[in-house]
Amino acid sequence: MIQMKEKRKGKIVEVSGGARLQNKFMSMGIYPGREIIKLSHFALRGPVAIKVGRSVLALGHGMASKITLEVE
Amino acid sequence: MIKKIFLIGNPNVGKSVVFSRLTGVQVISSNYPGTTVEITKGYLEIAQERIEVVDLPGTYSLEPSSKVEEIVSLMLKEYPKDEFVVIDVIDSTNLERNLFLALQLIEEGFAVIACLNMCDDTKHRGIDIDTEKLEGLLGIPVVSTCAITGVGIKLLIERIKEAKLTTKDSFTHEKRWLEIGKIIEQVQHLTHRHHTFREMLEDASVRPISGMFMALGVIFISFKIVRFLGELLINKVADPVFFDLYQPLLEKLSSTLGSGGFLHHLLVGELINGKIDFKQSMGLLTTAPYIEFAMVLPYIISFYLVLSILEDIGFLPRLAMLLDNLFHRLGLHGFAIIPMLLGFGCNVPGILSTRVLESKRERFIASTLISIGVPCVPLQAMIFGLLGHYGGFYVAGVYLVLFALWLILGIILNRVSKGYSPEFLLEIPPYRIPSFLNLFQKLMLRIKGFLIEAVPVVLLGVLLVNILLFFKLFDSLNSLLAPIVQGLFGLPKEAVVALTVGFFRKDVAVGMLMPLLLSAKQLFIASVLLAISFPCVATFVVLFKELGFKDLIKATLIMVITGLIVGTILNLTIIH
Repeated sequence: MIQMKEKRKGKIVEVSGGARLQNKFMSMGIYPGREIIKLSHFALRGPVAIKVGRSVLALGHGMASKITLEVE
Repeated sequence: MIKKIFLIGNPNVGKSVVFSRLTGVQVISSNYPGTTVEITKGYLEIAQERIEVVDLPGTYSLEPSSKVEEIVSLMLKEYPKDEFVVIDVIDSTNLERNLFLALQLIEEGFAVIACLNMCDDTKHRGIDIDTEKLEGLLGIPVVSTCAITGVGIKLLIERIKEAKLTTKDSFTHEKRWLEIGKIIEQVQHLTHRHHTFREMLEDASVRPISGMFMALGVIFISFKIVRFLGELLINKVADPVFFDLYQPLLEKLSSTLGSGGFLHHLLVGELINGKIDFKQSMGLLTTAPYIEFAMVLPYIISFYLVLSILEDIGFLPRLAMLLDNLFHRLGLHGFAIIPMLLGFGCNVPGILSTRVLESKRERFIASTLISIGVPCVPLQAMIFGLLGHYGGFYVAGVYLVLFALWLILGIILNRVSKGYSPEFLLEIPPYRIPSFLNLFQKLMLRIKGFLIEAVPVVLLGVLLVNILLFFKLFDSLNSLLAPIVQGLFGLPKEAVVALTVGFFRKDVAVGMLMPLLLSAKQLFIASVLLAISFPCVATFVVLFKELGFKDLIKATLIMVITGLIVGTILNLTIIH
């Protein structure tokens, strides 16, 4: 997720992190197999904005780094 | 037998608006996730029966991941399933994500009715939902509503009785999403639309550079409007009422009372050059109402009007994203900007809203920073009113000192507090055009809240102080604290009274400084001290409730020590 360029589409391959975080990701629609679009990335380990379905989500840098994507 | 109705749903889907429509009870609703942190109850009458309706904070799942979400899952477990109905409020423009919670509720076997809210918003976003088909697939009643205008609410109420206990197998999370995919395919049709201007703005505001320029612009304009509107209300409304209408009446009362004596001292206060001076007389009927209604209330109105507009547009979550980096240095994340901003109105709702933060550590840091570095509107209004005469330089100085303190203390607290602070995962809502009615009701609610909270305390405080002053009971306290106040802070020892009053109300405390005719430097130091040194009694109580006794003492000690150090440093370093 961190390495991906802005405005690109990607498919989630893996979500790591603790059970609580995984649950939260899951309930917001972030799970393996899901397609997302990366909207922006703030400098200096700042947050990342992504589009999942119809919602725009902002994730902290560390959280974003727990998500592995496959870029088409 | 239904005894209760729970309103549940994802954050920011309009539960509170639906709640207001159902019960007639006004609650604050805004366009950001996590507006509701307290549980509000109201009543709805169905077939001559009063049923309790409970507005729950938003949650994405029945498995809690924050203190707020915990409250929701606990509430649902507290009662037998056949005694309540769950109204699942769903954002129609985001059906897919909302169905996750809906399916969980159905799987749990609750009696559920779905309320597809914001149905007016779907049309121009090119979304069409087949409600009947959805009803068939979910096996629960589904009603389209637009709570903000009231469309569909009547039907929703009629159909509540159709909600029946369900029996359905539980899915794994992955299976549930697959199921949702299938449902969406059958009930939702999207027409492709070109990017609207609004969507372009939405996109631009989550990008670093364009977002920052937009935020700076919005903050600058907001500040200007608050100032302009506040001054306008003071000069054109409040002052004329007080000086032209109220003062002549009081002058008559003053001469009736013989221009002196105990009662005159209590009600009218001291005459300045033989006349009543609203800023210096300090009477129960003179300065007390003048401070609240002519100096503070105008700013309460202008501040909350602007804040409410920003809230309803959906600007705040975007600001949270921009500030995330800065807040990380303080052991918080960007969303903490919302408690901070609310704290500028009044520290109490600010500290309450720290409940949206996940860890106890974050809540401690955020609450402490609010009570030290975030001055409430009443205090700010008084600082404008008094210090403003010496030039904007001093007013800006107060903000600068407070901001520096906020930053330094945050960095220190982040270093010394145990534990770690989680990052944020925040939904950025679409921009919405504020509804005039919602803005108006929210403003009224907040003004009412201020009046109920402030007026009795102010009157009581002034009465008490006047009695103590008349019998010269403050003299011993003055002498006791004189070394600190005079020696360290360079203030006259009479300022002790004002600083003590700060524990009741910060605005009255600044007001007590008015008759002392302090120099600009002294006034500057006193203003900063009042902001940081000690929370007012209302803040004190809420700190105790939210943090517990131990952390309250910790926070208070930090405040007192910071106050002593900063007061001394300012006194030594400022020359004139």
